[in-house]
Amino acid sequence: MRAIELQDVHKAFGPTLIIRGVSLTIEAGTRQALIGPNGAGKSTLFNLITGKYPVSSGRIRLKGEEVTGRRPNEINRLGLSRSFQVTNIFPQLSVFENLRCSVLWALGYRYSFWHRVNRARDVQERTETVLEQLNLTARRHVPAGVLSYAEQRALEIGITIAGGADVILLDEPTSGMSRSETEHVVQLIREVTAGKTLLMVEHDMGVVFDLADRIAVLVYGEVIAHDTPERIRANAAVQEAYLGVPQGTV
Amino acid sequence: MSTPTPAAARPLAVDQVSRSGGLRVFGLWVGVALLLVVLPFVIRTPVAVPIMNQMGIAIVFALSYNMLLGQGGMLSFGHAVYFGVGGFIAAHALNLAAGRGVYLPVPLVPLAGGLGGLVFAMIFGAFSTIRSGTVFAMISLGVGELMAASSLIFDRFFGGEEGITTNRAKAPLLFGLTFTKDREVYYLIAFWVVVTAAAMYAFSRTPIGRIANAVRDNPERAEFVGYSPRWVRYVSFCAAGLFAGIAGGLFAVNYEILTAENMGLNASGAVLLMTYIGGIGYFLGPIMGAVVFTFLQSMLSDYTGIWLLYLGILFLATVLFVPAGLAGLLMLHAPAWRAGRLPRLIGPYLLVAVFGVVAAVGVVGAFEMTHFLASAESTRATKRLFGVAVAPRTPAPWLAFIAFTAVGALGLRWAAPRATAAVAEANRPGPS
Amino acid sequence: MLQIAFFSVLNGLVYGMLLFMLSSGLTLIFGMMGVLNFAHAGFYMLGAYVAYTMGLYIGFWPALLVAPVLVGVAGALVERHGLRRVHRFGHVAELVFTFGVALLIEEVVALVWGRPAKTYEVPALLDFPLFRVFGSSFPAYKGFMLLVAVAIFLFIFAILSRTRAGLIIQASLTHPGMVAMLGHNVPRVFMVVFGIGSALAGLAGVIAGPVLGTFPGMAQVLGSIVFVVVVIGGLGSLTGAFVASLLIGIVQTFAVALDVSVGNVLMALGVPASASVALHDIWKVTIAQVAPIMPYLLLVLVLMIRPTGLFGTRET
Repeated sequence: MRAIELQDVHKAFGPTLIIRGVSLTIEAGTRQALIGPNGAGKSTLFNLITGKYPVSSGRIRLKGEEVTGRRPNEINRLGLSRSFQVTNIFPQLSVFENLRCSVLWALGYRYSFWHRVNRARDVQERTETVLEQLNLTARRHVPAGVLSYAEQRALEIGITIAGGADVILLDEPTSGMSRSETEHVVQLIREVTAGKTLLMVEHDMGVVFDLADRIAVLVYGEVIAHDTPERIRANAAVQEAYLGVPQGTV
Repeated sequence: MSTPTPAAARPLAVDQVSRSGGLRVFGLWVGVALLLVVLPFVIRTPVAVPIMNQMGIAIVFALSYNMLLGQGGMLSFGHAVYFGVGGFIAAHALNLAAGRGVYLPVPLVPLAGGLGGLVFAMIFGAFSTIRSGTVFAMISLGVGELMAASSLIFDRFFGGEEGITTNRAKAPLLFGLTFTKDREVYYLIAFWVVVTAAAMYAFSRTPIGRIANAVRDNPERAEFVGYSPRWVRYVSFCAAGLFAGIAGGLFAVNYEILTAENMGLNASGAVLLMTYIGGIGYFLGPIMGAVVFTFLQSMLSDYTGIWLLYLGILFLATVLFVPAGLAGLLMLHAPAWRAGRLPRLIGPYLLVAVFGVVAAVGVVGAFEMTHFLASAESTRATKRLFGVAVAPRTPAPWLAFIAFTAVGALGLRWAAPRATAAVAEANRPGPS
Repeated sequence: MLQIAFFSVLNGLVYGMLLFMLSSGLTLIFGMMGVLNFAHAGFYMLGAYVAYTMGLYIGFWPALLVAPVLVGVAGALVERHGLRRVHRFGHVAELVFTFGVALLIEEVVALVWGRPAKTYEVPALLDFPLFRVFGSSFPAYKGFMLLVAVAIFLFIFAILSRTRAGLIIQASLTHPGMVAMLGHNVPRVFMVVFGIGSALAGLAGVIAGPVLGTFPGMAQVLGSIVFVVVVIGGLGSLTGAFVASLLIGIVQTFAVALDVSVGNVLMALGVPASASVALHDIWKVTIAQVAPIMPYLLLVLVLMIRPTGLFGTRET
């Protein structure tokens, strides 16, 4: 099954064409990475898939369903969730509350004003589980705004997966992290995306080759390669895009 | 993303509160209810009950306002519209009950007000809540001015310049209860205060109540976890309108008259002031703010004509120096209280209080004398201030009050940082 | 009819330009600092009162020059010691703060000068009819108001587009961070703009005081309209403020002069007379009575349809 399908997607901001005809298919159950030089349009592509920006032309399908032009919350309700490159949490709420917020809709509570959230067993249990996975149980009451950077990045991922979405988009999850912090996050990502579809934007090639089954390379708004890690590593066009020099010349 | 809020502004996490035991919380509500029952017997001055009635109405109004501001992050300059409309509808309903034999006993009149507030909130909220922030504030201002101006056009509903009057003595009875005396109205208001406060507290513990906080903090992220920020704001807005309408209904029952003033910018400004002074980050904040504001408004207006100036100064001081409000100020001391280190703060706070009073005497004296000179009573030579007769046209009292202000201000400059440091020290985790 | 039309246009122009004097400062302050200054109309009021008092001692013309400066300094102080502190608590706190300042200014004015209106007179030099047309005269003072307002508009335009300081201000409007990186003292730029905006408001007060009345409620009366103008014109857009000021100024002046009922207008538009029963309260009301509401109706409509205003690019 195809989790995400982009069909000839274009996106222009004013006169500038950022995404120039991207057609990409992400198979369900795979972990894939989206790499490319700065300014290639990776975050823009994420924003298009998740509904933050409307496409200029082309179509996007999620698990076979048409989601072109739909609002982010509608797309999320269909089972897609994303994290942000710049941490985007609820700063005044506690860690526990942050996670709980992303659980509520998924468990069907919607706009209810007749349930008491503290009494909802399923909500509490799911939130506790994610809290433990993130290793943040000790910080559960701390307002998210005062967490350390790495803790916030972990929470960021936590909010993304707590709702139980089966298609997960992570935008530079390890940016700004030390070696050991990165290792922890990679382990966390591996855990929480088991059996799900993952598409992540990453610059850390170590992480990419560690986690990804397939890699898509985006350069100037076009996908120039979409293949297994070994073949990407050997791909001449990819090397030229990153190093500026085709292999073999002096 | 916003910067982390200062310690003074952080409310308790929700689950932290619930961990203190559902039984304890329930006991607290029962205790409050009992206190309210006993209060008129404890405070026996004749003006007490009317002021307490006023406070009760203000509490419900302020709590409803905080559903928008503190819980939802929506600053409204027109919330009094729903208060006023609720009041007008309640007054008309009461008149219908008296005249046309519609069965609406006085205790249920606030519900009619609530319904009115709810309906209007649903109508105006449809376009008011599309966006938050400055646009929301401006729309609320526009709607408020619109309604205030419309009141002169629709004079059958709003009663024109004289407003609408009603009479609670003529309504049908429920269980034989009459509401002719102030104390009887007090118990009715107290009942509704407890019921609505409990309801609003419960609302904040529901899924929509929690998500409202999330939308306040980060509407974009809330959208990415499946919620429509617009719908969330709309539900909060309607709920706030409902409770504001109930407050308006209580007003109608208590004062038996409604005018367009009750819907206007002054009333909306007053509820903003009292809620902010009390503290928007805590459930108790608006309650404290309503009590303090009403108290000052009633008491001060007996002693001085410029009480609104003092309230304005208090408000600005809160915004500048204590943005978490009175409730925030109290909660700031929670760690110290838990550690039993509060007694250490008596000394530093006493110093601050002394210098604060000295400065206040100076400032108030200067203001009162200015007021005296500028107002119509300037044919007299002396004014009674702080129990002493002063002559504002002579330089002596001016010099005295300026000296008071200077001494007080300098003293505060010295004492306040010491107090702040003492509080930080007392709050520090670890052994004494 | 022609008389009404002619004088309504003229008076509408004067009123509109006055609104522009007020809204230009407000929209600049918003465009730069993101805060809608509730106290702006308060500075307008201060200008009128300070000029009135000074005028009693030194005459209208010296007061005209000095009073706006004093008000501008007061504005700069408010920014430096108040707004700057509150800035880190967010936009809501800033709005609440300026609301408090507005309240304070009104109460202080009532304290110092008392609540009854002041007889702030038109200076003798300008107290004559400028011309007589269609049997009515147009006072020279209003012509003077128009002159000052146009001069202010040209002054702002020249400063913003032709001077270095203006360039920095324009840049700070959209990219304050970058401007700071380039070495400019952005907080000081903010303070200066706030001060100048307040001074402009004060100047508007000095001029409008004799015509619109000098009383503690004058800020509230005009304050809301100025907000409407700024929001409709587009937050941060001077052109928008100009267009919206004239639009609202002329429309409102016209409306007040029309003694026609809403019912008449509706019937002229084709609505049957039988509708008068259903809409009875609205039907018999005159356009003049509806006039005060119109700016707010327009405000709500614009905010629903186009929250950035006619010419604006920012919402918050």
